[in-house]
Amino acid sequence: MQKIRTYLGIEIKYPKTAFFELSSCEGCQLQILNKEATLLNFLDLVEIVNFREVMSNRSNDYEIAFVEGSVTRADEVTQLLEIRQQAKTLVALGSCACFGGVNQLKNRFQNLEWVKKEVYGNHPIETQEVRPLSDFVTVDFSIYGCPVKKEEVEEIVTNLVLGKSIEHPRYPVCMECTANGNICLFNLGEPCLGPVTRAGCDAWCPNNRMGCWGCRGPADDANLRQLQKIMDDHNIPRQAMFDRLECFGGFTSAMKEMDR
Amino acid sequence: MLFKVFPENALEILYDVLAPYPLVGPQAKGKDREDKDIFVFDYINSFAELRLDFPTTIHSVKKFLLPSRENLCTFNLFDGDWEKYVDFNIYKPHVFFGLHPCDINALNKLDKVLTGPVYPDPFYSSKRKNMFIIGVNCNPQSWCFCKSMGADTVYSGFDMFLTDLGDKYFVEILSATAYDILTQLPIADPSEADHRRFIELMDERNRNFVCQVDSSDLTKILDLEFQSPVWQEWGDRCMSCGSCASVCPTCYCYGVKEYVDLDLTTATKQRQLYSCNLIDFAMVAGGHNFRPDSPSRLKYRYYHKHRGFQEAYEEALCVGCGRCGQACLADITVPDVIDSVRRQKVPK
Ligand code: SF4
Ligand code: SF4
Ligand code: SF4
Ligand code: SF4
Ligand code: SF4
Repeated sequence: MQKIRTYLGIEIKYPKTAFFELSSCEGCQLQILNKEATLLNFLDLVEIVNFREVMSNRSNDYEIAFVEGSVTRADEVTQLLEIRQQAKTLVALGSCACFGGVNQLKNRFQNLEWVKKEVYGNHPIETQEVRPLSDFVTVDFSIYGCPVKKEEVEEIVTNLVLGKSIEHPRYPVCMECTANGNICLFNLGEPCLGPVTRAGCDAWCPNNRMGCWGCRGPADDANLRQLQKIMDDHNIPRQAMFDRLECFGGFTSAMKEMDR
Repeated sequence: MLFKVFPENALEILYDVLAPYPLVGPQAKGKDREDKDIFVFDYINSFAELRLDFPTTIHSVKKFLLPSRENLCTFNLFDGDWEKYVDFNIYKPHVFFGLHPCDINALNKLDKVLTGPVYPDPFYSSKRKNMFIIGVNCNPQSWCFCKSMGADTVYSGFDMFLTDLGDKYFVEILSATAYDILTQLPIADPSEADHRRFIELMDERNRNFVCQVDSSDLTKILDLEFQSPVWQEWGDRCMSCGSCASVCPTCYCYGVKEYVDLDLTTATKQRQLYSCNLIDFAMVAGGHNFRPDSPSRLKYRYYHKHRGFQEAYEEALCVGCGRCGQACLADITVPDVIDSVRRQKVPK
């Protein structure tokens, strides 16, 4: 039994919470287990009933489901539908779940049978076009990133437990990058998707002098036409820009309006 | 004002006298595509790091007064009750060694808003009161239009101001502290020849301004051209990224958010600098957005700086440092925007 806890005198429940993975590297779940300094408090915030990476217990009695990974097989569709039936709140955890993630790169090939043969040879394996969770079920909210940023997950889960609204930054990474006092990578001759990618990672990559690859998908109203012009003005090959935009799947629909 | 001179090599003495304090100054941080030094303001740890010959910095000193994120207070939460702790986040006086006239003028503008009688901001004010400022004259860059904004010279808001005469520094002294410090240097009264040299140098500097903004009748013109199609064109380019406000020494807008810690027993109220170009700047409770499209937001930036502020304080909220235009990847610069409003034509 867990102790009764309160927030400003109001009793706060420990929601029963489960973690699941579909096709993914499990890096997002690993992120959640990182950062030992706050891990115990984090695990204390909810009652975890299912988390294959950390515990052997299994239970199908949960309210919140965090689902990592994209859908690439028929059995994953079934599993996802079951999770949706049980969970009051279904959270897409990480870019694979939100947009298809790195996995969806294979959708670029016309002939998926050929892809399967290249990768798996003659192993009998089932794999289909890669899809984000929202193609099959209603997703209550998403946590972006490849991997997700632990601090952001902590804030979101705290707000979820307290019943506060969950908001993502609507503006692009550049805002966080310039706020951090960085020198813009374009100044140094390197491409970056910061101008069009949703912030929230605190400009993780540019802080470490790597251009953004857009793992968090597009900011609200991302201006891709202007991005293209910036890349052209800085003599960055179009293909280098498209490689980045395609990498995590977040820009798939926004890119349809761009000319190759 | 009091004027003195001291020999070039005594600059290091001045640095040594001030070095026990946290000292912020211009320093080189990396190279650009053309292999030129890029400068930023940061803590200086040795005299060699201090580069008073810097052309400009990418960011201003704003982060030392208005950090991009600042905790305003923390709370201890109990059963049905709470305690609040306020910290102004300044523990030692800071020395700012090497601010150009535009940047000192920018602080004077921020003071009007943030230390003014109506809503003084204690977080800003306490840091501002603990600044010792050494200004230094500059060489105008091709994008500097401070002269058009009346911010190319500075008369107040610093302790001392240096101009390099070649073999000696010419110092303007504005505070008793500055004078006391200078008595530790071999100072002398400027000679007649020093006066001439100073005036010649100022004339030369004046001739080097190439970038201009015609701000005559600007508030009226902005009123007339509120519906101008040029705003649409600029807005179509803008990526609503907020970099312009981040690097701007005079932008001060912020939002406030509360964060509850994981153990639900402590919480923090934090402010985050914001930009009127960001998509939800004018979004209110219930989700209505007063400026949902980027042309209206970009226009707002210009109307605040060059019309609203001008009418309230009889000066623009812009010192013409040109940093916003340098930072903007979409090449949106103040001179181009204002010129386009006057001429109804946007440069490609
Ligand atoms: S480095 Fe990237 S994120 Fe940072 S300002 Fe430049 S484009 Fe924006
Ligand atoms: S900078 Fe870009 S690629 Fe890097 S973590 Fe942030 S959104 Fe992802
Ligand atoms: S004007 Fe430039 S820097 Fe400012 S928000 Fe628009 S694109 Fe970003
Ligand atoms: S608006 Fe631009 S030119 Fe004016 S003070 Fe701000 S950064 Fe400098
Ligand atoms: S309204 Fe815009 S231009 Fe004015 S201070 Fe705020 S961010 Fe800067």
